Amino acid sequence: MAVLIDKSTRLIVQGLTGREGTFHAKQAQAYGTNVVGGVTPRKGGTTHEGWPVFNTVEEAVAATGADASVIFVPPSAAADSVMEAADAGLALAVCITEGIPTLDMMRALTFMKDTRMRLIGPNCPGLISAGRAKAGIIPGHICKEGRVGIVSKSGTLTYEAIHQLTLLGLGQTTCIGIGGDPLIGTSFIDCLALFAADPETEAVVMIGEIGGSAEEEAAAYIKASFKKPVVGFIAGQTAPPGRRMGHAGAIIAGGKGTAAEKMAALTDAGVRVVNSPADIGRAMVELLQ
Amino acid sequence: MKIHEYQGKSILASHGVPVPRGFVAHTAEEARAHAETLGGGTVVVKAQIHAGGRGKGGGVKVVGGPDAARAAAEAILGMMLVTHQTGPVGQLVSCVLVEEGQRISRELYLGLVVDRSTKKLVMMASQEGGVEIEKVAEESPEKIFKVFIDPANGLRWFQSRQLAFKLGLSGDEVRKASLLMYAAYDAFVATDASLLEINPLIVTAAGDLIALDAKVNLDDNALSRHPDLQDLRDLAEEDGLEIEASKFDLNYIKLDGTIGCMVNGAGLAMATMDIIKLAGGEPANFLDVGGGASAEQIKNAFRILMLDAGVKAVLINIFGGILRCDVLAQGVIAAVKDLGVSVPIVIRMEGTNVELGKQMLKDSGLDFATADAMDEAAAKVVALSSGK
Repeated sequence: MAVLIDKSTRLIVQGLTGREGTFHAKQAQAYGTNVVGGVTPRKGGTTHEGWPVFNTVEEAVAATGADASVIFVPPSAAADSVMEAADAGLALAVCITEGIPTLDMMRALTFMKDTRMRLIGPNCPGLISAGRAKAGIIPGHICKEGRVGIVSKSGTLTYEAIHQLTLLGLGQTTCIGIGGDPLIGTSFIDCLALFAADPETEAVVMIGEIGGSAEEEAAAYIKASFKKPVVGFIAGQTAPPGRRMGHAGAIIAGGKGTAAEKMAALTDAGVRVVNSPADIGRAMVELLQ
Repeated sequence: MKIHEYQGKSILASHGVPVPRGFVAHTAEEARAHAETLGGGTVVVKAQIHAGGRGKGGGVKVVGGPDAARAAAEAILGMMLVTHQTGPVGQLVSCVLVEEGQRISRELYLGLVVDRSTKKLVMMASQEGGVEIEKVAEESPEKIFKVFIDPANGLRWFQSRQLAFKLGLSGDEVRKASLLMYAAYDAFVATDASLLEINPLIVTAAGDLIALDAKVNLDDNALSRHPDLQDLRDLAEEDGLEIEASKFDLNYIKLDGTIGCMVNGAGLAMATMDIIKLAGGEPANFLDVGGGASAEQIKNAFRILMLDAGVKAVLINIFGGILRCDVLAQGVIAAVKDLGVSVPIVIRMEGTNVELGKQMLKDSGLDFATADAMDEAAAKVVALSSGK
């Protein structure tokens, strides 16, 4: 098992005909993902790289039986695409798009509440179940099948963690990039709960960053009920206050959201918190010995 | 994006939030004339910079009339105003807001922000206005009242009444407060704000509610659909190198250290700064070149790093996913050749096409130090930056 995505997932790509959509659809297929089609309004009825293209997600679902979508749609239209995916009854959408206005996302997340859909992202690298399937942009070749789950706000820092684990011989179950925006569909806690229920996942790497209090909330959850070992890293220990560090959500505001607070909360929850991002893999090896 | 108080007040006023009558002055003489226009009585002269804490730094003066307003403006204009948010150098004051003085009976607080946990806007109000709200939140959080706003329904009247009564308002003040809160919410949504604070929100001796100060931040991600708001950007408030970087869609933040960093991805860029610090160095900047940077963008990023005279060595840390290592190598080689870079460079790259990238660096004949792991790279660059 893994979580959220595997070989049985039937994936469509919203924004398939765009440059990124096309590139990553091919990569996902090459990795073994069952990519069943794509959606690009006004290109419905055509074929793109061998995949059927539909005008709407509704049509794509009806024709292909898709149950998940990965969204490569420009920021101004991406929140709308999330709502369209939810409305079409998909179980999972992964929104890669960076730069979606916060109030748009707020409306999309409210809209989603009455549907069954889980959203990963936005502003995230997506997710990959090692050796099985992926939705998003995480490079498949750095992953190895194994027993560690990863949940992270970051993209390339997630790759770094995967790479370290793989080099040390530790494979992964599912690696989830939850996104660096202030408003995201799936939290650390949601992912930890999924990993808790997944018998294959024996330990978890959790990578947070400055801003907000999602890491503190996760720490409280871990302390109360998460039994598997966790290695934690928080990026932005040297970030100046009041500055937005690349990610829309990565800002220390009014003295709140510092790395120190988050590291202390996680340590208190029994998480093995590493100061250096280079120690993530080594710490996991020690924990699993 | 941060904007000035006077710009924030103008937005609020256009949505129906009462603000003091006032005008912006760029010279002392203008300030005097404005004070006269305002009736010749008490006025407040307020330095317009983005940082908070202006009063404590001497940037806000309450004065008795036009001549005093002139003198106050003369003192404030052109000063390097230092507050707890500006850093030790301070920020140059190039305009002041001259406002009608108010007879204050109470100072309250009203704020509107995005709450990440509930994924809603939260309106916050407190009777503890005029002081740092962060302090109130820390010491006595029970004194901050909150209502969470459903985005589909917007702020409801009962919610604004709830806050108004908790603020201890009564009679017609409740109605005025409700209208003001509604207008503030309206302004927030209409401008795609990310933060709106009225501190203090005053009750005047006559029983009116007025936004005496205004702090409005706008959502950068939404600016593209607000061309009018884009004009409110004040380049004088930004670092020169950051302005240059923003022209090329590079996420760059200037810091005070000696090790320039070029990284792809915000999380990895922050982590790279952290590991430099752990290795005993100080990062000179945060720089995220993004997931899909081209060779041209890499070159521009390098040029901007080199414009910082404090940079003694450069660490390039790229984990190639979309950005391929050969593209990176091509960009770095071109930059170093064209720009005549003289400081030591440590390159650590991983991911897509890494072998090809490494070969290109080797074949370039240029003197790069390379590393396989992040900690090794950090140790090397810190040693090189101190001339070892």
